[in-house]
Amino acid sequence: MVAPTDDTVLSVEDLSIDFRLRTHILHAVEKVSFELKQGQTLCLVGESGSGKSVTARSLLQIVDRPGRITGGRILLTTEGVVTDIAALSPDSTAMRAIRGRRIGLIFQEPMSSLSPVHTIGSQIIEAIRLHSALDAKAARERMIELLRQVEIAAPEKMADRYTFEYSGGMRQRAMIAMALAGNPDILIADEPTTALDVTTQAEILDLIKRLQVSRGMAMLLITHDMGVVAEVADKVAVMRFGRLVEQGPVDQIYHQPVHPYTSQLLASTVKLTRHAEARPPAVTSGPEPVLSVRNLSKTFGSNGPNAIKAVDDASFDLYPGENLGIVGESGSGKTTLGRLILRTVEPSSGSVLYRDGQGVETDVTRLGRKELRRFHRDVRLVFQDPFASLNPRMTVKEVIGDPLVVNGLARGRALEERVAELMRLVGLDPQAMERYPHAFSGGQRQRIGIARALALDPRIIIADEATSALDVSIRSQILDLLLDLRKRLDLSFLFISHDISVVRYFCDRVAVMHRGRIVEIGDAEQICTAPREAYTRSLISAVPNPDPRDKRMMHRQRFVAATPA
Amino acid sequence: MLGYIFKRLVYMIPTLFGMSLISFLIIQLPPGDYLSSMIATMSDSGQAVDPDEIERLKQIYGFDDPFYIQYVKWIWGILSRGDFGWSFEWNQPVSGLIWARMGSTLVISLLSLLFVWIVALPIGIYSAVRRHSIGDHVFTFLGFIGLAVPNFILALTLMYVAYRYLGQSVGGFFSPEYAEAPWSLAKLWDLLAHLWIPIIIIGASGTAALIRILRANLTDELHKPYVVTARAKGLPEYKVILKYPVRIALNPFVSAIGWVLPHLVSGVTITAIVLNLPTAGPLLFRALVSQDMYLAGSFILLLSALTLVGMLLSDLLLAILDPRIRFN
Repeated sequence: MVAPTDDTVLSVEDLSIDFRLRTHILHAVEKVSFELKQGQTLCLVGESGSGKSVTARSLLQIVDRPGRITGGRILLTTEGVVTDIAALSPDSTAMRAIRGRRIGLIFQEPMSSLSPVHTIGSQIIEAIRLHSALDAKAARERMIELLRQVEIAAPEKMADRYTFEYSGGMRQRAMIAMALAGNPDILIADEPTTALDVTTQAEILDLIKRLQVSRGMAMLLITHDMGVVAEVADKVAVMRFGRLVEQGPVDQIYHQPVHPYTSQLLASTVKLTRHAEARPPAVTSGPEPVLSVRNLSKTFGSNGPNAIKAVDDASFDLYPGENLGIVGESGSGKTTLGRLILRTVEPSSGSVLYRDGQGVETDVTRLGRKELRRFHRDVRLVFQDPFASLNPRMTVKEVIGDPLVVNGLARGRALEERVAELMRLVGLDPQAMERYPHAFSGGQRQRIGIARALALDPRIIIADEATSALDVSIRSQILDLLLDLRKRLDLSFLFISHDISVVRYFCDRVAVMHRGRIVEIGDAEQICTAPREAYTRSLISAVPNPDPRDKRMMHRQRFVAATPA
Repeated sequence: MLGYIFKRLVYMIPTLFGMSLISFLIIQLPPGDYLSSMIATMSDSGQAVDPDEIERLKQIYGFDDPFYIQYVKWIWGILSRGDFGWSFEWNQPVSGLIWARMGSTLVISLLSLLFVWIVALPIGIYSAVRRHSIGDHVFTFLGFIGLAVPNFILALTLMYVAYRYLGQSVGGFFSPEYAEAPWSLAKLWDLLAHLWIPIIIIGASGTAALIRILRANLTDELHKPYVVTARAKGLPEYKVILKYPVRIALNPFVSAIGWVLPHLVSGVTITAIVLNLPTAGPLLFRALVSQDMYLAGSFILLLSALTLVGMLLSDLLLAILDPRIRFN
């Protein structure tokens, strides 16, 4: 065989992958073709279930059973020799010589993609020694060198640490070092930054891009985030339901998309870069706030040098009918803040003043157990993970009706009617109420979670990363649903998120948290376009911009925080 | 790590104290004492009971003292001179009786544990990796039989098989001709020929349980992303599985040390009686029946101490095996 062109290192031709299930055969990937060229980045874009991850894994023949390559060729060109990966047996020596050596893989969950019981260094050394004849000492030196390349500080010391001693960003760096250990020609990155904060994401993408250019690798980046694509891609391939619907240079995909699905994907991404159009005037004056948080603090651990101030002196007001966003990176204390208000975590000091429908004021931090239950009826929570937050052994009727049953408010026929009403409210078919959560998609499950939160006619909803686990098109649907519900049911939202674009779309005002403190609070548009504080500026500039002609992230502003006294 | 071991050892002191108190309390619980049951036996057989003699014995053994005085005397004897008291039934110091039995119990326990590990590990891994294969179903079936069959039935069956088809002397640790003989290669061989029966019987249910646990744990681990990472490095499949998921699914194996000792002593007493094994179980059983209080109390105390040591060992091994435990 002759290599197609000089700089093509991998060419996939009519690749098909089937999953032989108990009842039927699922065509996960159908006749997908693309090429990877030296020094270029191809982004494979699609929503969950589109088959993009399976495609990536098939390049290494590590698709989990019962998945199987049923057709097509994967041609890898190394030094002029062409090998068809699809024809190799997954357990063969030839295949193992390609894994890690020719093609390196990094993937989404830095939490769980490294072994928890081996040191980071030993895992990288293992990869080095698999593909070279280096002795233990030389391999260790090479490992330290790799850690230095991925910019881990004090690599000699960090090499002997364990995974759980690394932060999320550092784990992903270690993962990259491991993928580079065999000097691969091709790097596959499967959602490498999805689990990371925006600022960390910007740093990791920047690092991957630089390493790729300096080593002249071909890269296949798999993502669902059109913003990330715009920042790093040379070419883009869009996948849906296992098929490639469109592919082309990044500029063409963004500015002259041909396939309606591509346009739709772009539209729902771009939609989230502005504030929701149906925008009621902000009501920050006039009525009394429903919730006034004053000097709320939470310290974990005893007082002393080891004490951690998770929330430090937080004060803000939430007005009736307002959406207040709380943004920050992981560890900034935003989730703890939500829990302090509900008192599922006890505050160390400060007060939370709640005004109920009759205008009666209560200090939540002083409530007894019984009064707290009444407060919890008015303030409900929507969780992040639509899969883990629903009991798989309860029917949807039981899930949604549970708060009503627990509070003794409805039973039998009345309960059923109320559940049906709630399901219609969130856009679900009430006929499905006898089914179990597994029968629903991620977006539908989140609707079930919202219906459950609405069951007790609450006045405030605390949504903790309520849309983070959803695909972008579903995300905007859920946000629109929440906006609609707010208008119809006169709700106020406390919207906790790390996703700036979601907050900008959904919220009237935004509070920015950093290391437990609220560093800036103000109008959503002002925070997102003209932030006053240095930290907010760095956060906003790290958000990928879904326009390849304006790669904002690559020349973002870095924020160097003063070390806490 | 040293600090951790030291801390654990210090924590053992109050636990041991509580255990000694409870063991003493338990043997004091049934009404009466060894003397009253001896008097009852003697009058039943028509022997005259001399009241002065009874009074003298009561004085010597301090049966009239309140509970706590008896306890303090007992515990002080153990701590100061290793004296566990007097066995009324055997008319010997308890310490002499106990050590021989404890030794054989330990040997049997450790060998059974080894047997459990050696059998359960490969089968567990096979069952998890080739889930729902024919081999897995066969092992699962055998495992459930191992869990369900009572030990003593298994003991009787194996004894029958060994006697009828292998022509072996069964029961106890030695054949009659070697029982009193000095140690020699032939005697060791005789011991091994006897040991396999109790080891298989005692290990059967533990093996079955561990296979199930390992299969379940490993099945969860096999699909974790770090396994894919290892595979994507280019490691051969057997190495991927042995080095990563198996290592993490191994924790219950180590914890097994903690529970295997008390299980062996309390759970296999019947087996030991059926097989006439000179282990702690049968002796403890008889001591309890005849209200031989110091013997029974000392056994319970020593067994709890052994359990504590087993727990400590398994925790230390776990800490070595899993850095997440070590550092938290």
